[in-house]
Amino acid sequence: MELQDVLGAIFTFDNYAQLLPLVRNSLIAGAVLGLLGGLIGTFVMMRDLAFAVHGIAELSFAGAAFALLVGANVVAGSLVGSVLAALVLGLMGIRARDRNSIIGVVMPFGLGLGILFLALYEGRAANKFGLLTGQIVSVDAVQLNLLVGCAVVVMIALAVIWRPLTFASADADLAEARGVPVRGLSIVFMVLLGISVALSIQVVGALLVLALLITPAAAALKVTASPALVVLLSVGFACTSVVGGILLALGGRIPISPYVTTISFAIYLVCRLIGSRRTRRRSRRDSAGRGGLGQTGHGHVRRGRDVSAPA
Amino acid sequence: MTSTMHRKVHVPDGDGTRPAISLRGAGLSFGTRSLWEGLDLDIMPGEFFAVLGPNGSGKTSFLKVLLGLQRLTSGTATVDGRPIARGSRTLGYIPQQKSFPAETPLRARDLVGLGVDGHRWGLRLRTRSHAVRVDRLLHDVGAESYADAPVGLLSGGEQQRLRAAQALASDPSVLLCDEPLLSLDLHHQQAVSSLINRQCREKNSAVVFVTHEINPVIDYVDRVLYLADGEFRVGTPAEVMTSDVLSDLYRSPVEVLHSNGRIIVVGLPDATTHHHESA
Repeated sequence: MELQDVLGAIFTFDNYAQLLPLVRNSLIAGAVLGLLGGLIGTFVMMRDLAFAVHGIAELSFAGAAFALLVGANVVAGSLVGSVLAALVLGLMGIRARDRNSIIGVVMPFGLGLGILFLALYEGRAANKFGLLTGQIVSVDAVQLNLLVGCAVVVMIALAVIWRPLTFASADADLAEARGVPVRGLSIVFMVLLGISVALSIQVVGALLVLALLITPAAAALKVTASPALVVLLSVGFACTSVVGGILLALGGRIPISPYVTTISFAIYLVCRLIGSRRTRRRSRRDSAGRGGLGQTGHGHVRRGRDVSAPA
Repeated sequence: MTSTMHRKVHVPDGDGTRPAISLRGAGLSFGTRSLWEGLDLDIMPGEFFAVLGPNGSGKTSFLKVLLGLQRLTSGTATVDGRPIARGSRTLGYIPQQKSFPAETPLRARDLVGLGVDGHRWGLRLRTRSHAVRVDRLLHDVGAESYADAPVGLLSGGEQQRLRAAQALASDPSVLLCDEPLLSLDLHHQQAVSSLINRQCREKNSAVVFVTHEINPVIDYVDRVLYLADGEFRVGTPAEVMTSDVLSDLYRSPVEVLHSNGRIIVVGLPDATTHHHESA
């Protein structure tokens, strides 16, 4: 294939005005998912759950593939799979290390099941591929309502538990001592995460959910520590990635996910660059009044720019 | 000698007040290993109570019992006259120093803010009065200069002062401190301990102060609980921190020296010298 053809496949804007109305539902869905992903991603990062998101996505994929096979609602199947996976993780693994090994065990099993169901399925191949790599045109009005409805429920629930969840995520011991139901919150959050993963899969696919739930929040954390700003940026980045990705993908014949992930990744790179300047400035800050033990200068030492030698 | 020392020796705030913390026949063991048992203890409001002892003697476990995170093997314990529940709003807690990840999305003021209202549901609505309160707490611990800095980039000492502010935010009737001076330099050790002492004297909070080193707080301590080898002694520092009592407790000769108001313990058994426990 000539370079011209490759570029033509990736970027095509012929008949753009006619195509745009066709993806109106997808654009709305994308914006809602961006909002949701940005919000929930902040907590995913704080609670160190990136790998869990990946694991939940594979089980969600298995659920969706099963629904496809038996002719049930794919979104519902996806929801069942991911909420079940999220609940198992929430109930079993409290410590990150336990959790990671459980995910490592469960994830390939989920993926294997999904592949089995897809192999048995005899319908359109595009349906199969879409579950893994995302699709745009498929969002009809019924699906959109379900998606927006679920997203609104998750966002309301997040608003209610926002403060104690922040407390529990930042410092579980202290939060528990103050009477915050740390364990209960953890399980509730996992359910919300499961729902969010299932919804995101409908647009970006199971393999690339991380681009929506992790990358935007990770990018935001590079440039600010203000909680409000982190959330705003994270939501902004996620929405830009999804909506921008859909708009770019519109004319071409390539799935939507490479566009979304590339925008998302580019934003992350820029934020990293800005962030490295920020922390460098910070570590040159006057170190008067700092305690002396080695592990205490954690942030400074890690970047290897700190001149005040840890005692 | 020990039997009288187990009793209440010193009640700073007059009789008739209800003890802030009360233990009766309290015992804690893990498997066959007993950390302590038969502990009868009343800690009164406004009392500064230090818990001393070597590694693994159960100092942190003692705090965990009061926090409701660890069940007693025998006996009973109450805080504010109520049986201990898991988590309490009347309790302040300064945990052992532990660094925040570099990318924690909180500034110093946000961390202290969580101490004020982090247990509440919903979003924060009264932001103005909240900000005023957080500013005052930051001022109290001398943390104004880094109020807007990300917590993940602060030194251990700076973080520890924020934890103190966080714990004092709820104006707790019982303040539990687990090695709060660790990783602080001398100047900030004094600042944080005098802050805790002020909460104790002015606000009449009962302070339980777990430490491996009594000297930084020797001027404030009313009584100590000294744990070692499954045994314990309770009394004023003058009663407990003596060669006789500690030799008896460690079952080996230990010498206690006094110098300039500081207490130096010499000859502690090897396994139990001054390294704080990490768990």
